[in-house]
Amino acid sequence: MKDRYDIIVVGAGPAGSVTAKTVASKGLDVLLIEKRQQIGDPVRCAEGVNKKYIANFLQPDPAWISAEVKGSRIYAPNGKMVEMGEELSGVEVGYVLERKIFDRALAMEAARAGAQVMVKTRATGLLINNGYVTGVKVQYMGKNYDIQCDIVIGADGIESKIGRWAGIDTTIKPGGLCSCMQYLITDIDVDPDFCEFYLGTHIAPSGYLWVFPKGKNKANVGIGISGFLPKNKRVIDLLDDFVKKKYPKGKIIEIIYGGVPACGTIERTVSNGLILVGDAARQSDPLSGGGIFNSIWAGEIAGKVAVKAIKRRDVSAEFLQEYERKWRAEIGKNIDTSLIVKNRFLSLNDDDMNTLADSLENMDLKTTNLLGLVWALFKSNKKLLWDLRSIFKDIKDINDVDFDDINSIN
Amino acid sequence: MVIKVNRYKCGYCGACVSVCPTGAIELIETWIVVDDTCNNCGICSRICPVGALEVST
Ligand SMILES: Cc1cc2nc3c(=O)[nH]c(=O)nc-3n(C[C@H](O)[C@H](O)[C@H](O)COP(=O)(O)OP(=O)(O)OC[C@H]3O[C@@H](n4cnc5c(N)ncnc54)[C@H](O)[C@@H]3O)c2cc1C
Repeated sequence: MKDRYDIIVVGAGPAGSVTAKTVASKGLDVLLIEKRQQIGDPVRCAEGVNKKYIANFLQPDPAWISAEVKGSRIYAPNGKMVEMGEELSGVEVGYVLERKIFDRALAMEAARAGAQVMVKTRATGLLINNGYVTGVKVQYMGKNYDIQCDIVIGADGIESKIGRWAGIDTTIKPGGLCSCMQYLITDIDVDPDFCEFYLGTHIAPSGYLWVFPKGKNKANVGIGISGFLPKNKRVIDLLDDFVKKKYPKGKIIEIIYGGVPACGTIERTVSNGLILVGDAARQSDPLSGGGIFNSIWAGEIAGKVAVKAIKRRDVSAEFLQEYERKWRAEIGKNIDTSLIVKNRFLSLNDDDMNTLADSLENMDLKTTNLLGLVWALFKSNKKLLWDLRSIFKDIKDINDVDFDDINSIN
Repeated sequence: MVIKVNRYKCGYCGACVSVCPTGAIELIETWIVVDDTCNNCGICSRICPVGALEVST
């Protein structure tokens, strides 16, 4: 470890590793630190990603692909099933990854591009000078070091402190956090071709339960709940109820805990000498809880802007606005739409959800996208989903959408 | 410190850190620490998926 780098990236999840790789491949001097002793472990993820999205950034490698699915099946509270093709299933369906290997592979790519990686190395604070972040205080093997740099990238995930240390309020309001519990269960009967989602207050009040297959007899079975449960109930209790009924003979070989930022975008993600990416910037999708793809996408944008800033010798918040503008225009826009849909869905009761599922009967859901699905739902349930009308205003590329129709409702 | 953490239940996922309005919680290696800025609001204890945090009364 040197005492100065161009860039220090804190956190070796997907966001941090992709940022570090992007910057290192342009020849800058990068340090990527990770407080855990093993990158990617323990996993905090259901490991679903959209195949096509991921392929835009990475060459798929069988080493980190645990399963490939064709689509998803959503079960309404009354048990009615709606089947959708992969395309329509959004950011979370296509591959089920092996995150322990995936995260490591990404960190290795960063290292190969020239970044120095240090594990068991924790950021304990920021160095701040004249209103600029100028480095990171780190601890390695019980010893403290001050390391200088031009830009710090906070990619420190859900438990991020980097933003707060720089005066950015990243606190998630209780309703904005999705509290999760998951088991990896083996020796069970699962359809290896579909990711399953279960809705309904008796299974997952203010959330959903998922079954993501990892091969023939194995699956990530998990649940995510937004906001508070009654005082005597825990998220783990809900998962146990489901698993006992559905997979009484299954064997649990891993327990996964986690929180997903499902709060929507925060006010700011840059400061003088500082950029936040991934879960640290609260860039997960509020509806699905998917954050892998957004982290990678934002990481690449952050890396490119950081390189430019250092070449121009201007790391001011003003210059770094370019990152802010770019991610908000693409990722942020999707997040805003998802948040509106999520908030509406959270207020539906079981009967409403059953009605929505019924309205999709006889519809071909193989080819349209997620927004197309919401549009289809909206068209036949205008009263129930009236609050969603704003999201269709400036969208022009949904298949099969009659936009005159939209104009007539606005 | 007014919050008690049951280290034997905790899975060090960091969810509690993200909701703490005063920034009193930190995830260090595999354990949660709570500093004296904790105002005993109890939000962390309500969102913990297993109930590993308890507000002392
Ligand atoms: C139960 C669950 C299920 C999920 N399912 C899916 C899914 O199916 N699909 C999907 O796309 N997304 C899913 N997500 C979300 C996804 O896991 C995250 O969005 C993604 O991991 C975010 O990547 P990241 O790099 O921003 O953060 P992380 O992957 O959390 O990485 C942050 C890293 O920073 C390190 N770190 C933190 N603080 C410090 C410090 N002070 N010093 C050094 N290092 C530090 C951490 O140890 C960690 O390794 C799920 C999340 C949960 C909890």
